[in-house]
Amino acid sequence: MFAFASILDRKLLRDLWRIKGQAAAIVFVIAAGISLFVMSHGMMISLDETMRAYYERYRFADMYAPAKRAPDYIIEELSALAGVNDVEGRISGGGLVTLPDESAPISARVLSFDPEAVSPINGVHLSEGRMISPTRNDEILLLKSFADAHELKPGDSLSVTMNGVRHKFTIAGLALSPEFIYALPPGEFVVDNGRFAALWLNEDAMEAAYDLDGAFNEAVLTFSPYANEDFLITELDRILAPYGATGAYSRADQISNKFLVEELAQLKTMGRVMPPIFVAVSIFLLNIVVTRLVQTEREQIGLIKAFGYSNRDVAVHYLKFVLAIALGGALVGWGGGVWLGRMIGEIYRLYFHFPFLVFIADFSTLGIALAISALSAAAGAFFAVRSAVVLTPAVAMRPPAPPKFASGNGVLKAVSRLLDQPSRMILRRLSREPARALLTAFGIGAAMGLSVMMRFNVNATDYMLDVSFNVIDRSDVFVSFVEPLSDKTILELESIDGVTLVEPVRSTPVMFKHDRIEYLGSITGLPEDAALNRAVDSDLQDVDITGNGVVLSEQLAEILNIAPGDTLTVEVREGRRPTLDIPVTGIVEALIGTPAYMDMDALNRQLKEPNRVSGAYLKIDPRMRQAVYNEIKAIPKVAGVSLRREAYENFQKMIDEGPGVFRYIMTVFSIVIAAGVVYNSARIAYIERERDLASLRVLGFTKIETGYVLLGELGTLAIIALPIGSALGYLIWSYMATAMSTDLYQIPVIYKEDGLGYAAIIVLLATAFAGAFIQRDVSKIDMASALKTRD
Amino acid sequence: MSESVAKAKTAELAFRTSDLSKVYGEGPAAVHALRGVNLEIPAGELVVLLGPSGSGKSTLLNILGGIDRASSGRAFFQGDELTAMTDRQLTAYRRRHVGFVFQFYNLMPSLTALENVDLVAEIATDPMPTMDALDLVGLKPRATHFPSELSGGEQQRVAIARAIAKNPTVLFCDEPTGALDSKTGVGVLKALQEVNTRLGTTTLIITHAAATAAMADRVIHFADGQIREVIENDHKVSPDEISW
Repeated sequence: MFAFASILDRKLLRDLWRIKGQAAAIVFVIAAGISLFVMSHGMMISLDETMRAYYERYRFADMYAPAKRAPDYIIEELSALAGVNDVEGRISGGGLVTLPDESAPISARVLSFDPEAVSPINGVHLSEGRMISPTRNDEILLLKSFADAHELKPGDSLSVTMNGVRHKFTIAGLALSPEFIYALPPGEFVVDNGRFAALWLNEDAMEAAYDLDGAFNEAVLTFSPYANEDFLITELDRILAPYGATGAYSRADQISNKFLVEELAQLKTMGRVMPPIFVAVSIFLLNIVVTRLVQTEREQIGLIKAFGYSNRDVAVHYLKFVLAIALGGALVGWGGGVWLGRMIGEIYRLYFHFPFLVFIADFSTLGIALAISALSAAAGAFFAVRSAVVLTPAVAMRPPAPPKFASGNGVLKAVSRLLDQPSRMILRRLSREPARALLTAFGIGAAMGLSVMMRFNVNATDYMLDVSFNVIDRSDVFVSFVEPLSDKTILELESIDGVTLVEPVRSTPVMFKHDRIEYLGSITGLPEDAALNRAVDSDLQDVDITGNGVVLSEQLAEILNIAPGDTLTVEVREGRRPTLDIPVTGIVEALIGTPAYMDMDALNRQLKEPNRVSGAYLKIDPRMRQAVYNEIKAIPKVAGVSLRREAYENFQKMIDEGPGVFRYIMTVFSIVIAAGVVYNSARIAYIERERDLASLRVLGFTKIETGYVLLGELGTLAIIALPIGSALGYLIWSYMATAMSTDLYQIPVIYKEDGLGYAAIIVLLATAFAGAFIQRDVSKIDMASALKTRD
Repeated sequence: MSESVAKAKTAELAFRTSDLSKVYGEGPAAVHALRGVNLEIPAGELVVLLGPSGSGKSTLLNILGGIDRASSGRAFFQGDELTAMTDRQLTAYRRRHVGFVFQFYNLMPSLTALENVDLVAEIATDPMPTMDALDLVGLKPRATHFPSELSGGEQQRVAIARAIAKNPTVLFCDEPTGALDSKTGVGVLKALQEVNTRLGTTTLIITHAAATAAMADRVIHFADGQIREVIENDHKVSPDEISW
């Protein structure tokens, strides 16, 4: 059946060459959908695999059990627990880094590290320099992302304030660690490489600095896959209770891992939800285009049959014709997808500071890509070929019957009376086959819908950022304390010259419990009339937190299966670690995270810790920035300072340079698809009407006047496509936003007109480009030969 | 148009060519469609071009009609050199002076008979009332019909009406009866003759049907890209007397 290099096959190759422009456009449309699918799929499994391999190679802990001061010999007792593979005790402390080029204090996490351990739990990947010497207490390993942000190199020195004492260290090497893939400063939800440092020190040095000789303050564990996590947490808390345990938690609640998993989950959702939409749109378009392409070949089909070829020969011939294009698209798409996947993978590797990236070019996606493009093209070709082969060969021998037209009903007639003849031709062409016109408009609209969706996506991110930094948090500086302090600290902050407003906050880590459901989170206590850091709902209205109860975000309430009026059990994870029963007084729809709000005084009363604050939001006089930072640094118990403007800019940069690349690629693809579709529609319309156009030229119509008959139709279709594309964009985005929302991030379903305008401009530009190409064809039309041929 | 005006027109030349040649392709594959044609066509005449396919008659018609270009030699329309015109000038020439009638009618299927005529009248400088043009070819009663609702002969007569509505100086007809049966073809020829005698439009007709020559003022025989013979016909007959 697929005899090679028959005459028909030669015709096939020449035909493909003849329509190379169109074929290329179709190849790009299908390739755009396929490559996005291959890229996301490859990236998802690659990131998963990379994370797994990274965690495994550096023995990322399965569980953490912090305490105040636990004697080293307890380790043995912990390692005897059922399911535990390995336990290590380490010292983990907060600190503040001082850099000559940075006036604001930078928070740091300092960890003890045994440079001679063979494969320690939470090992590090040394990326530059050398390991710290076991005999030297003035050497550190520094987190590479932080070092890079400040251009620090091995050999440079660094001052760190630990436990109120300032130490000077030499950087021996730069390290990557699975524990700090996501390096978040305290009180932040945005990565800021320059404002959070992790450093590793000799155990001796740490014991001295934190006064923990012969003791540890954090046990890290690995356990077997069959271990019972709940049991282990209970046991760890029980054993370490006498030593000031603050509550063991598993890897799932480890902050870096939690954000990484969340980020990957979001990427996965995007990778799962978006490409199918692109693929669906592109195969829909492939189908339309192939159908019409085969329709333009009707006369040839008649001729081939007249020569004695069977219907089957003809069908196979055209099937090969469309398959060649579709498979070309699939191959280009797959290759492009793998290439893009590698490129994006590298961007992610740098962004997440993975020491390596396991990129997996999955050949199963090649099969899927080939199958879906072949099937959709074949389906499109099937119906078109079938309607063509039922023609008797004589059809090709006879002069064509002119296609039937009618003046149309009242409205159409009235409108057409106002038009000149060329415009009338456009109107009648469109009204003659409204279904086909609509299908073309729908195709252009679908491509536009992708652009609309991508723009709405950008709008949503901008909106989140705007709300986070301009509505919720309007402070200049956030200062966090190592532990809740007396509100005298607020007075102290207020007395600093240059500080214009101070607003306290009391935040406490808790385990929420309801209906046997547990969720690790925190309660944020805000003062009445909070102005610098407010609790707002999704309509940006202030949340009413007066009274003694807690107001939960809808997401949290859903997780806990709780309603207003119910009582929530709260296990506090700091201080005296009381267990409280607090009534739920309200539920609000939050934009970011799963917050729980209370009135600050009410929270402190419940905790029996009156007038305690855990941090403060500051408004400062920009001219006195330096002085303010210096004063803050001098306050003991400051865990960190975050600068809102920097965080904002950092977030913007991250969106543009990191995962944002994904977004740009999709935007480009949506443009490619739109341009490909418009060009093909225009080109097919040109082929169908070549003879009419040549006649017009002969009759004395200028090139522009002749082009108008065709481009007017194309333009009209593009304009009809605008509302369709807007509607489709709304639909796709509504679905996307819901599908991509997670516990941590609610994607706001906002519709901004500029998204529609932006997509409309893309469609109209694509139309103009396609139109320019077609106008070129019209200008080159061969009048003499076009007149000799029949349709 | 009075007889004296028609006579005066015959004194002028509509077309003149000197050594007009047209070559398609290059090298050994080159096809010489026209090989140095020298020709004079007086204004107002009805000229029939005869010859086998590939003899060059269509090529000559296309060059004189401004839809193809010569490879060498010159062609003049009323003293203006067609072979020196730009695309834009040729378009203006066609728009102003030329009416075309094609073998396959080439009507716009989306426009009615009258609208097809209007299509050309709209861009003409001095059109006749379009209904008059339809009347001239006897199709006034079918004015609101679409091409799909007309017979082949009717479609061709609409095409003639469309060609003459602009009051063209010259009318080119490439196998106007080629797709029609003999009886219908005669009707079309009558319409052409009517136009020629009543409006004095110089008319060039390409045909395979040698019998058509009987109605011409002048018959030009083509072979191998050259003019074999030009015969001036002193005994024109009515198309009614022609059959093939």
